[in-house]
Amino acid sequence: MTTSTMSLPTYDEALASYDPVMGLEVHVELGTATKMFCGCPTGFGAEPNTQTCPTCLGLPGSLPVVNAVAIESAIRIGLALNCDIAEWCRFARKNYFYPDMPKNFQTSQYDEPIAFNGYLDVEAAGRTWRIEIERAHMEEDTGKSTHVGGATGRIHGADYSLVDYNRAGIPLIEIVTKPITGAGEHAPEVAKAYVAELRELIRALGVSEARMELGQMRCDANLSLRPLGTEKFGTRSETKNVNSLRSVERAVTFEIRRHAAVLNAGDKVVQETRHFHENDGTTSPGRVKEEAEDYRYFPEPDLVPVAPSREWVQELRGTLPELPGARRKRLQADWGVSDHDMQSILNAGAVDLIVETVSLGAAADQARKWWMGELARRANEDDVDLGALPITPAQVAEVVALTAAGKLNDKLARQVIEGVLAGEGSPEEVVAKRGLAVVSDDGALLAAIDEAIAAFPDAAEKVRGGNQGPAGQLIGAVMKATRGQADAARVRELLLERLSG
Amino acid sequence: MPAITREEVAHLARLSRLDLSEDELVHYAEQLNVILGSVARVSEAVQQLGQGQDIPPTSHALPLVNVTRPDVERPCLDPAEVLGQAPAAQDQRFRVPRILGED
Repeated sequence: MTTSTMSLPTYDEALASYDPVMGLEVHVELGTATKMFCGCPTGFGAEPNTQTCPTCLGLPGSLPVVNAVAIESAIRIGLALNCDIAEWCRFARKNYFYPDMPKNFQTSQYDEPIAFNGYLDVEAAGRTWRIEIERAHMEEDTGKSTHVGGATGRIHGADYSLVDYNRAGIPLIEIVTKPITGAGEHAPEVAKAYVAELRELIRALGVSEARMELGQMRCDANLSLRPLGTEKFGTRSETKNVNSLRSVERAVTFEIRRHAAVLNAGDKVVQETRHFHENDGTTSPGRVKEEAEDYRYFPEPDLVPVAPSREWVQELRGTLPELPGARRKRLQADWGVSDHDMQSILNAGAVDLIVETVSLGAAADQARKWWMGELARRANEDDVDLGALPITPAQVAEVVALTAAGKLNDKLARQVIEGVLAGEGSPEEVVAKRGLAVVSDDGALLAAIDEAIAAFPDAAEKVRGGNQGPAGQLIGAVMKATRGQADAARVRELLLERLSG
Repeated sequence: MPAITREEVAHLARLSRLDLSEDELVHYAEQLNVILGSVARVSEAVQQLGQGQDIPPTSHALPLVNVTRPDVERPCLDPAEVLGQAPAAQDQRFRVPRILGED
């Protein structure tokens, strides 16, 4: 059923002839306490059909009433995406026969979205891309179907389906981009960066946790190809419900190759929805669009129009937090790191960890050194997210503080970090258990220094003569003698004192 | 104003999952044309009243906007009661006929 990858041109071959055009539709489930049009709770993981009422079950005589917080969240998302906010807009019925909505329609917005004409700047491939936003509109999520029978548990071949309406009616915001052109070979990366940036934005606004693995944020990726140097858009496919950032990138990559294969063969791309397969990164056809698009929208008679006053919109604008893009620029300046280093920090998922470590008193360069050095290496080795390592920003801050106080040197600090990661307790506890404190007893250090001077008289003579170069050799000897537990700076001080007298 | 055809009625019937006979298709096409003709007359009257101004269609009978409710939970129905209304249920879910494959 999936298109064989054997017959597809390589990605580079496809891009040598065609220019990709993308359109991304992202659905975000709002984190409201209740549904869009009724007071049913929205918690994830409840027993099936326990979070339903006559309204979200579409029972006769029930009437919807809009959730005020959902409208507020929609406007805040619109403002954060630099959109205009409608002065007046309506809900509309999107009619279709599919049991995931018991009403036989989904309450959505049609030609009057609450927010429109915005943009979001994203960073990818070493530059900024302005992604134009067509619209952001309000709608409701559908129920969850489980397909029973058939070989694969997918829709195709199922004997019947079981439906749970707990999710039906949860507020959704659908954010639709204008066609994204000019990304060329970077198209998959730009698509991924856009969804990632949008996720950050939604989280910063506090309107949703936007966890893709829970379906709280889902991306439909439209893609078409046009021959290089031409203007007219080709026929698009729409890959539905792509549920991770990596999958967005893979789905776009695959579709570029698949479209190129179709066009190279002189065939026409079929306008259709497609399903993405995580296992092999391919897509397969879903339903063919044509007739499915006949949704016979009309204004929802049971809901009155939404007309946010300009004063309210202005007030909501005042509630916007520092947005992720601006925050990143500020942190980069505060930390004094290059674009390249900042990108590494972002890629490693270390921003918030460093921010927290710094907020607990660590110097920024120290916090960054640990998270991006030893700890990033360790996370990479164990193939886990940096944040999933068994060490907290508070513990890293403690190690930095112990180092700054001269109680640990760099080498010992590494051992302490290692001990914390191994579950040996807090940094203080690891220091105590492993006996890692820096030797700061001047008497012990002076004894080691005298031994070193005796062992390397030539070096000592040179230092006495004012040449400090060979001091390193003497300090190295002292460090070795103290098994690395001496404070190198103190050793240098004492040594120079000894040899100048 | 173009008349609604038998084919259009057949298309709408299909979208609405209505199994209409040939006679019914023709019959409903005639009826719908009468209804659409009446609506067209209302539109004409509105145009005359509006004296050339564009008057948007009325979607709501009441001049209200911004009716909302606070984001506060309300009691749900008992699932046994909910599923008791359904023709078929299984595993506390509504059991429905296979979804695709019907076309």
